[in-house]
Amino acid sequence: MSDPQKSPENGVSADDVKKIARLSRLDVADDRLQPIAEDLNGILAWIEQLNEVDVEGVEPMTSAVDMDAPLRKDEITDGGVRDKVLANAPKSEDGFFVVPRSVE
Amino acid sequence: MADLTKMTLEGALDGMSKGDFSSEELTKAHIDACMEGADLNAFITTTFESAMESAKASDARRAKGEVGKLEGAPLGVKDLFCTEGVKTTAGSKILGDFAPPYESSVTANMKADGMVMLGKLNLDEFAMGSSNETSAFGPVINPWRKDEDLVPGGSSGGSAAAVAADMCLGATATDTGGSIRQPASFTGTVGIKPTYGRCSRWGTVAFASSLDQAGPIAKTVKDAAILLESMSGYDSKDSTSLNVDVPKWSESCGKSVKGLRIGIPKEYAIDGMPAEIQALWDQGIAWMKDAGAEIVPITLPHTKYALPAYYVVAPAEASSNLARYDGMRYGARVDGADLNDTYDLTRTAGFGDEVRRRIMIGTYVLSAGYYDAYYLRAQKVRTRIVEDFENAWQTCDAILTPTAPSAPFAVGRKVTDPVQMYLNDIFTVTTNLAGLPGISVPAGLDANGLPLGLQIIGKALDEATVFSAASALEKAAGFSAKPDKWWV
Repeated sequence: MSDPQKSPENGVSADDVKKIARLSRLDVADDRLQPIAEDLNGILAWIEQLNEVDVEGVEPMTSAVDMDAPLRKDEITDGGVRDKVLANAPKSEDGFFVVPRSVE
Repeated sequence: MADLTKMTLEGALDGMSKGDFSSEELTKAHIDACMEGADLNAFITTTFESAMESAKASDARRAKGEVGKLEGAPLGVKDLFCTEGVKTTAGSKILGDFAPPYESSVTANMKADGMVMLGKLNLDEFAMGSSNETSAFGPVINPWRKDEDLVPGGSSGGSAAAVAADMCLGATATDTGGSIRQPASFTGTVGIKPTYGRCSRWGTVAFASSLDQAGPIAKTVKDAAILLESMSGYDSKDSTSLNVDVPKWSESCGKSVKGLRIGIPKEYAIDGMPAEIQALWDQGIAWMKDAGAEIVPITLPHTKYALPAYYVVAPAEASSNLARYDGMRYGARVDGADLNDTYDLTRTAGFGDEVRRRIMIGTYVLSAGYYDAYYLRAQKVRTRIVEDFENAWQTCDAILTPTAPSAPFAVGRKVTDPVQMYLNDIFTVTTNLAGLPGISVPAGLDANGLPLGLQIIGKALDEATVFSAASALEKAAGFSAKPDKWWV
């Protein structure tokens, strides 16, 4: 469960950057962790001013347009284009994507 | 024959319909201009050969009486729109040699209307930037120059530069926080972001889906209207596409603004705004008054929170949208020791600094424990911004503001604080958060002879009023300055 009161009192640390990078599937060199933490802290400190806004009882805006999500019939509308799907694959073989082993 | 690249889109369409020149001649003239302007780095990919074939085919259609809305017009396409069989990069290395096997809905509409595509225009990587300097394909140089190279703005910097340099009659662009309007202001061109949902997002590389909206950059307000009429329209492939009619906006241009109530938001008079921009804004107010509009002071009290809210919402959506770039199904792959290592290496090599920064901010604000404090709060602030506009519409029909807080600045200007760059969008980002239409019109030159724009914001789906007000502004400003062709 998320804690609505939680915000980075002491800012983002180099360790936090390492964790964020892992979640983001990005590789950050050790000597870049601290500079990036400082970057992020600068941006996050600026974002903190959102706390000045009274949002009590305000609904979050999730869509820019007031409309119902459209529904369509659950039926196949496209397909049979295997070669097109594979055309931009970094590696493919016999009509399949070739990816690194993911199950040991 | 007169220089065909000096024409407006409207004039060129008219000239072809009268038989003054062919699409082939028009296209050839623009290809020559593109080649002369190669150093501006406006294009990532040029498609001159297929453009000449399209022009020939267009002339043949015209001979048979088949004339689309953009019949035979040589135009540029921001390299964020997927184009069938033509490399699409989003300004990033991560897409490698990706050549989409499909066409974006916006460009498909334009091709069906007779567009001749000259090529794919440069942009900030994944449209994240305000100077076009984050592109993996190098910065675009603004045709407007003062002692040194200037940025064309961003992210649609290639689109704006190509139109300003008369390399194409108009171009597609996209706007997530100001990426159509700020470059238009920086290059003396017109750019409109329509109401969210007017243009289909299908086939356009996604940055922040609840904010992204396509629109044109053009030489005149009327040209922008002609282009937007072609680009817009309902598309069942985009679930946020609006199923509403596309009005004839070109007919709204030149309409009287007598009695129109123009709101002037006091919160846009920010500290540190250059005096020249304040003066231009005052001039714009006087112009609108002279044209018969009624000037109404208004208040948009949550304006200062728009940019910080944007820098939560946009990176959050970007971190999610950009998760798809994993080097497995398309794009570049860097092989690693195992699957996770391959992901990490691929994404680290493929994304530039600013994109990586925004992915990390987005990942952080969405991560467990911080979601409510950042993302949910930003979404609520967004509702407050929408309420501000709804209150304003009680007393006015459209809003006049400056487009950008500065004139174009030098390429390579050292920016140590990313927030400084983000401030470029301070006047444009509110309409993205609220989903409203906004247009930038060139209104004057600063003391250095560099262009400055004014912005008209309208109610949702009321582009008609936006175009009327913008064309009144255009007429009053009489902006006819062009950059010296120093690049030839």
